[in-house]
Amino acid sequence: MIARPKLIAMQILVAFTLVGIWYVGSSVPIFGTYFFFFFFFSTPQDVFWRIVKMFSGTTIWRHIGITLTETMLAFVIGSIAGVVFGFWFARKPLVAAVFDPYLKMANALPRVVLAPIFMLWLGLGIWSKVALGVTLVFFIVFFNVYQGVKEVSPVVLANARMLGLNERQLFRHVYWPSALSWMFSSLHTSVGFALVGAVVGEYLGAAAGLGYLIHEAEGVFDVTGVFAGMAILAAFVLVVDAVVTQIEKALLVWRPEATQKG
Amino acid sequence: MAAGAVALEGVTIAYPNGYEAVTAADLVVGEGEFVSLVGPTGCGKSTLLNAAAGLIAPAAGAVRIFGAPLAGLNRQAGYLFQQDALMPWKNAADNVAIGLEAAGVLRKEALERAHVWLTKVGLKSFGDRYPHQLSGGQKKRVAMAQMLIRDPKILLMDEPFGPLDAQTRQIMGNLLLDLWAADKKALIFVTHDLEEAIALSDRVVIMSSGPKARIIGDHRIDLPRPRNALDIRLDPHFHEIQQKIWAQLREEVIKAYGDAA
Repeated sequence: MIARPKLIAMQILVAFTLVGIWYVGSSVPIFGTYFFFFFFFSTPQDVFWRIVKMFSGTTIWRHIGITLTETMLAFVIGSIAGVVFGFWFARKPLVAAVFDPYLKMANALPRVVLAPIFMLWLGLGIWSKVALGVTLVFFIVFFNVYQGVKEVSPVVLANARMLGLNERQLFRHVYWPSALSWMFSSLHTSVGFALVGAVVGEYLGAAAGLGYLIHEAEGVFDVTGVFAGMAILAAFVLVVDAVVTQIEKALLVWRPEATQKG
Repeated sequence: MAAGAVALEGVTIAYPNGYEAVTAADLVVGEGEFVSLVGPTGCGKSTLLNAAAGLIAPAAGAVRIFGAPLAGLNRQAGYLFQQDALMPWKNAADNVAIGLEAAGVLRKEALERAHVWLTKVGLKSFGDRYPHQLSGGQKKRVAMAQMLIRDPKILLMDEPFGPLDAQTRQIMGNLLLDLWAADKKALIFVTHDLEEAIALSDRVVIMSSGPKARIIGDHRIDLPRPRNALDIRLDPHFHEIQQKIWAQLREEVIKAYGDAA
């Protein structure tokens, strides 16, 4: 184990080194030339000031808000659908057997190819991005809930039956918590995929959002704008991830891993 | 009283693949009687217990509970499993309270009574611990409270102290004796540990090695009560009984190992 201050110092060192190389290559002439051509690489200071400029206005918050809305909607809708179908399939083996090849097919399909279809069906607004995110989130949650219900310990189940729980109570006290714990263990992945769906959707065709921002900058070869957009997106992802970690900690207190981490 | 709390009448248990685990077992356990079921590994003693619990249905014969034939789960029985059977997502108090909640007792009252039971099993301040934060012995205590809070008329135990270390087993044995003596119920205790069976029970029933295991011996244990599961093992009479039963069990154990090898 490395002490925390030391670890943070080393992490900051990595960032400094990378940005330092970028800075030297793009801003300090070596033998009369720049190693990183401004047109392709921009400079760290330019990107920094661009971000500052973006946040001095108010439109950036609108873009972030739209991406966040799409992410949350995709996550919630995809999760609800995944939980419902996961339960249904796990409790009805016939249904699961019949749909198995189709599910595998749908899951194997790269979801990006669906994006144009969703734009056609749902327009360029947020719903086509939400739909794309839902197709990604659904399968993760579905497979986890399916597994969770299937893998309830037979001993815990038999014990609950002997304690007098009826089917409805078994659902509430045994199947449901077991499925939820599997779902929450994939929370990071599914929130991440909801975000991917939103950003990729925006990138392919939208009028707002962080993906749109990056795409727009790319369209005019504004590399500074692309990097600024990427940096904001990365920070956004970190914040979302930190929130998810907090939620996870609160919900999975009963898990050995969760408490050891904290 | 003649019917007993649990009566197995010619119970045969066969699995769908044709494997016959237990053949024509007759056993009557009276109200307030502590009966141990002892036999070599794999002799089907747990299978027989599960038949009494209604977790499996016999292929032939009948299970009677207070004289009435058993269909489906045995609602009058509490069951203590060998493995961890607590719900890992509920803390100790919620685990103990669940049986009452299932029966429609309000949550607040169920939790109050759960704390009384946790105190009885020596875990007064452990209510908010989750199962993974408890030791093996503590988990068994919670499981006991969970079973007893519903006040079942019949207790069924499947090698409940099997996974515990020797000392914890004896302490748990004493706790079990105390709880059982406080409110005598019919109890069937499955174990492969003869000493444990003698120390705790009124009767020790011996099963032959499987498949087609049968009940081959029924020994009354006339050691005085109340007993201390730790000290009773030093009693000379304990050794007499042990030797008598062991002579019978020994053959079956050797047979079981011979078949396995």
